[in-house]
Amino acid sequence: MNPTTGWLVAGVSLLNILACVWLIWATSRRKPNEVAEGAVKEDVWDGDLRELNNPLPRWWLNLFIITIVFAIGYMVVFPGFGHMAGVLDWSKRGEMESKLAQLTERREAKLNELAAFPVAEIASHPDARKVGQELFGSYCAGCHGANAEGARGYPNLTDDDWLYGGTPQAVVASITNGRGGVMTPFLSQLSNEQVSQLIALVADWPEGEPSGRQAEGMAVFRQRCAACHGMDGHGNQALGAPDLTDDTWLYGGDPDTIRETILFGRQGKMPSHKALLSEQEIKLLAGYVIGLGQ
Amino acid sequence: MPFVRFRYRDSTMTDSAQTTVVYNDKVVKQFAVMTLVWGIVGMTVGVLLAAQLMWPALNFDVPWLTYSRLRPLHTNAVIFAFGGSALFTTSYWVVQRTCGARLISDKLAAFTFWGWQVVILSAAITLPMGLTQSKEYAELEWPIDLLIAVVWVSYAVVFFGTIMKRRVEHIYVANWFYGAFILTVAVLHIVNNISIPYGPMQSYSAYPGAVDAMVQWWYGHNAVGFFLTAGFLGMMYYFVPKQAGRPIYSYRLSIVHFWALISIYMWAGPHHLHYTAIPDWVQSLGMVFSLILLAPSWGGMINGIMTLSGAWHKLREDPIIKFLIVSLSFYGMSTFEGPMMSIKTVNALSHYTDWTIGHVHSGALGWVAMISIGSLYVLIPRLVGKKEMYSVPAINLHFWLSTIGTVLYIAAMWVAGVMQGLMWRAVDEDGTLVYTFIESLKATYPFYFIRLLGGVVFLSGMFVMAWNTYKTMSNPAPVAEPDDEPATAPAGA
Repeated sequence: MNPTTGWLVAGVSLLNILACVWLIWATSRRKPNEVAEGAVKEDVWDGDLRELNNPLPRWWLNLFIITIVFAIGYMVVFPGFGHMAGVLDWSKRGEMESKLAQLTERREAKLNELAAFPVAEIASHPDARKVGQELFGSYCAGCHGANAEGARGYPNLTDDDWLYGGTPQAVVASITNGRGGVMTPFLSQLSNEQVSQLIALVADWPEGEPSGRQAEGMAVFRQRCAACHGMDGHGNQALGAPDLTDDTWLYGGDPDTIRETILFGRQGKMPSHKALLSEQEIKLLAGYVIGLGQ
Repeated sequence: MPFVRFRYRDSTMTDSAQTTVVYNDKVVKQFAVMTLVWGIVGMTVGVLLAAQLMWPALNFDVPWLTYSRLRPLHTNAVIFAFGGSALFTTSYWVVQRTCGARLISDKLAAFTFWGWQVVILSAAITLPMGLTQSKEYAELEWPIDLLIAVVWVSYAVVFFGTIMKRRVEHIYVANWFYGAFILTVAVLHIVNNISIPYGPMQSYSAYPGAVDAMVQWWYGHNAVGFFLTAGFLGMMYYFVPKQAGRPIYSYRLSIVHFWALISIYMWAGPHHLHYTAIPDWVQSLGMVFSLILLAPSWGGMINGIMTLSGAWHKLREDPIIKFLIVSLSFYGMSTFEGPMMSIKTVNALSHYTDWTIGHVHSGALGWVAMISIGSLYVLIPRLVGKKEMYSVPAINLHFWLSTIGTVLYIAAMWVAGVMQGLMWRAVDEDGTLVYTFIESLKATYPFYFIRLLGGVVFLSGMFVMAWNTYKTMSNPAPVAEPDDEPATAPAGA
């Protein structure tokens, strides 16, 4: 703000405050040919509406004056009168930066200490797990849920079943760079019959050698699905292709959902947290998540 | 519908000059009925929203029923449809009687009624469709804004035109407040809604970034100050002395608090933008002017409550007086709370929490709705030539439903708000946030339930009022008393 505008703003705001002071002074004074204090004034409206000439209540007047004095004092001390910075030279940005600096210092000291442990140890270290849990609440709970049990399309992190691997390196990589899981749509590539055969197989993976309809399904599977999900259906962690032989389902294991998955494919997305979290924070988070599955 | 006629006796004129004026009470009656209708509609939407916060499935996966679209419908319906109709009703009634003059134009008055109803209907259609300019309390898009401007200017012409042909020397204090409310809302509405249309229902604000935010909250806070405070103080200054049968406590106090209130309110808007991108000095101004506002605001409360001195027994006997005086108490409480919340340090805790919602509703339910309800209970029987409402015990029941509903609502939101503020800022010794947002939400559920309960209780009172009004208006009028006989030779109409 240039000083001219500053003086103008300061002047107008002060003028309004001083106008209130004048108003109080002018109204408190008795005027000539005025009715006695506490008496009814002569005007009458609508038959019976009248006004008393009572003085301003003393305590109310004091309250008014106190707020005015405080206001002027506040604007002298803090920025308020136009471009003037105030005696304390306070600013909200300054206050925020100094508080943030203190917080950051405390936080970094603590993180450096805890993140010095290897990930495997963090997973069972109470202090480190506590920080991990708080980070999880802020950055992960939105998709994976407050207690990490996941939701449709968002993996459950409390079991020991990992799409991309549960080693410290794999989990750190998942958090840092994110993951993109793609299941190809087979709408134009499979007949209705073939899809039904696949569903019969996948919905209830056989223990031993498949028979009947499941055997037909297995033939299709080996030809079309095994490249990613493996010849034996155990999946491939390098691609994030799920194990189809267990009872863990990301999108659902009922026949209709499986049909939808096969026909239209799936696009899973774990976002990268490189820009949001420091290396230490990612390490603590990874340790916490691994600890959940143990 | 025939006009209800009243004999007017102008005591400031010579004793022998007894003239009769036929007031236009048709428009008053129309607005009175719509006040009730919109009150029930607006509060029902509010109760649905409160329930959706408990059970989100209550939006039934229908886009028009989602929280985001119904919320502005609720605020617009209760502020502008219910509150606005109450202000039209009472200001038209009051200005005619305190000026001893009929409204200057029946046609223009009728236009304000039908125009305002069209505005409300357009809001009720476009807001659920998601058409909004995203300014709080000014969501309606530009074609509707233009209609509002035309209706509002017509309102000003009717009101000030009637004041100009008054047959008393001094303008009654209620009319100062109504006048300030009408003029300022016109200015606020027009300035804040200046925008560049790029389609029949789309526009960009004419102001950039932080300036836009500042203009919006200059509008937003003065909507509170002039629409929800000054207008309803006008109501208070007529109906409290009328019902109490006592003179207004202090003429001097009304002068000081009127001028101080309307000048100081203008500066208070920035307290809605503490710790945001607007400059520090603007925020300081917003804070200190909000603090100075405390005494002028309380001036109205003192003048209203002290008007009853010498007739305190009426507070026990007359449920309408209970409505009027308790509404002034809620007014005093929320105008104390407001300045406190404008202090930066307090605001750092209260902002963005449900405390704000509690504060707004102690004003909206406790003050605005209860003063309107009390005033309507005075006005409705007189509109149909009766001495009192069909059922006085029903007024008493309504009073308790309103009071209990309001207290449940605001107490729940205070506790919830302070709790949220404390949970969001809690940091443990290593500098990490202690709670996630979702934890604060889970902790709020019990209070959401109490709030819903308060809303349901308050709304049920509105149904009692609707029943009582229907009974009062539909029963045949009693044999008119001599004083209420239709004038034979209406003058000045």
